[in-house]
Amino acid sequence: MTGIDSTAFVLAVGAAAFVRNLTLFVLAAFVGYEIITKIPTNLHTPLMSGANAISGITLIGSVVVAGSAGMATQSSTLATILGFVAVVMATVNVVGGYLVTNSMLDQFRSSDGGRD
Amino acid sequence: MVAILGGLSESVLAFVYLVAGVLFIQGLRDMTHPRTAPRGNLISASGMALAVGVTVLVTDILSPVVLFAGLIVGAGVGVWLATTVETTEMPQLVGLFNGFGGGASALVAGAELIGMFGEGTFAVGVTATAALAGIIGSVTFWGSVVAAGKLHGVIDDSAVRYDGEQIVKAVFLVVAVLAGLHLIARPDLLGSVPLAGWVPSYWVLVVAASVLGVLLVIPIGGADMPVVIALLNSYSGLAAATTGFVLDNSVLIIAGTLVGASGLILTVIMCESMNRSLTNVFFGGIGEESESDDEMEDIYEGNITTTSPEEVEMILDVADRVVIVPGYGMAVAQAQHAVAELAELLEANDVDVEFGIHPVAGRMPGHMNVLLAEADVPYEKLRDLEEINPTFSQTDVVLVTGANDVVNPSANEADSGPLAGMPVLNVGEARTVIVNKRSLSPGFSGVPNPLFAQDNTNMLFGDGKEMMQELVNVYKESHE
Repeated sequence: MTGIDSTAFVLAVGAAAFVRNLTLFVLAAFVGYEIITKIPTNLHTPLMSGANAISGITLIGSVVVAGSAGMATQSSTLATILGFVAVVMATVNVVGGYLVTNSMLDQFRSSDGGRD
Repeated sequence: MVAILGGLSESVLAFVYLVAGVLFIQGLRDMTHPRTAPRGNLISASGMALAVGVTVLVTDILSPVVLFAGLIVGAGVGVWLATTVETTEMPQLVGLFNGFGGGASALVAGAELIGMFGEGTFAVGVTATAALAGIIGSVTFWGSVVAAGKLHGVIDDSAVRYDGEQIVKAVFLVVAVLAGLHLIARPDLLGSVPLAGWVPSYWVLVVAASVLGVLLVIPIGGADMPVVIALLNSYSGLAAATTGFVLDNSVLIIAGTLVGASGLILTVIMCESMNRSLTNVFFGGIGEESESDDEMEDIYEGNITTTSPEEVEMILDVADRVVIVPGYGMAVAQAQHAVAELAELLEANDVDVEFGIHPVAGRMPGHMNVLLAEADVPYEKLRDLEEINPTFSQTDVVLVTGANDVVNPSANEADSGPLAGMPVLNVGEARTVIVNKRSLSPGFSGVPNPLFAQDNTNMLFGDGKEMMQELVNVYKESHE
């Protein structure tokens, strides 16, 4: 592939993917707004901590990168190190976030006096 | 693995990501009620486990050792932090976790760029979103580290303001954006240099954005942290979503956007409850100019009635309805257990007890509810501002502990000043108001509180925990 052809190809594919991703983004924003505005004030801390755990979804990004950047070029070592650190950080976020949220909600449940 | 799954892997991944996205949405929907919220958290966590698990299985992994080492180390640290945290320390921990999410996004974008460098092709969409993820992720990481440090008392939590502050911040933002533009325009630049995979402009961007993250949060005072934490939460979601654009990954976009929306909504709610605009939190200087001492003396001089736990006990003894208004000060003094015990004692003597919770009481949105839940205060006893305000006129005693600005009646009357128009709890309408506070010093707003000088207000000076415990003891003694 010549330079110009490949650039054009990459651009076209990139644009299609971008618009598809933008669609997801806009729809998710609407759904998020509808749900989150219904959450009562007293659950805002668990909401934030739970949402925070969800933001650790970047773990998937880290997994993909840590996994796929293993090509035997000199640059890949750096990519692997970065991927490793990212995996650690994101896992702390996910595991810690869900656990903290869970223990918070447990307190709400126990203070509910067993009433359902 | 890849050979077996072949072309299937792409569609399998896409389908599983859709399922995970649905689980995240359902998990959030369950957060709308305390009864269903634990289930929602579980559903959301299983969505995460599913998405990560399948990604690990299907993706072409060439360094499984590195990957699993990372997962194990991260999980270990996460479990350790989550199980050792105190309820009062949760805001800084959530803040820190948040930063990690942002930091991971920035690193993933960098690693992906290096990967593309190895392949020799650069898609404009990818470099552009990588630049965004790098800026947002770095700002989120360093901003969250500073916010957590301030909340934990490791960093001075006062508002650090200096001349030319906005210019300094603007310079770093411009540098980060220029580096991003350079990355988009010439991602291959310096490609023939031995340090081929370094993608230097990306790292210039990361460093500039990191400094910006620190500079953005350093000037903000501790009392504004709920807003900052909420905003950074939103950022970490947006960082994840932009990483999703970089990697062309649907679940990252869906999940990241949900978090971004949640953080933004909470930010707006917090700002409204504090009577602040977002620009004011970040660039303003509220609390800088405190009122002159003279003015405070005018209001307070000769009008302050002090009281003792013994007297308060007698007042409570003849009350039918008591509303407790806890504030930031109660959280700091860790007085929530004593307050809860007092409420139980009152209830046992047929007193109707409720808690009035201002939206910004605590150190993150809804933090006071968690603190009281930890102290086993029943969920049905907690009332928010709109619910409790109409009931104050039929209330015998309001016990304010560690709250100041959120009960300042001048917010309803003043035309100007930091509190004008801020929604407050109208505790002054009750028959008797007891205010537990360490001194007459103004709250975060720097405005004196006329409530303290009102005829029906008695000041119970002292540390929140000591005074509440004392009150519990006196109450127990007289009811034996």
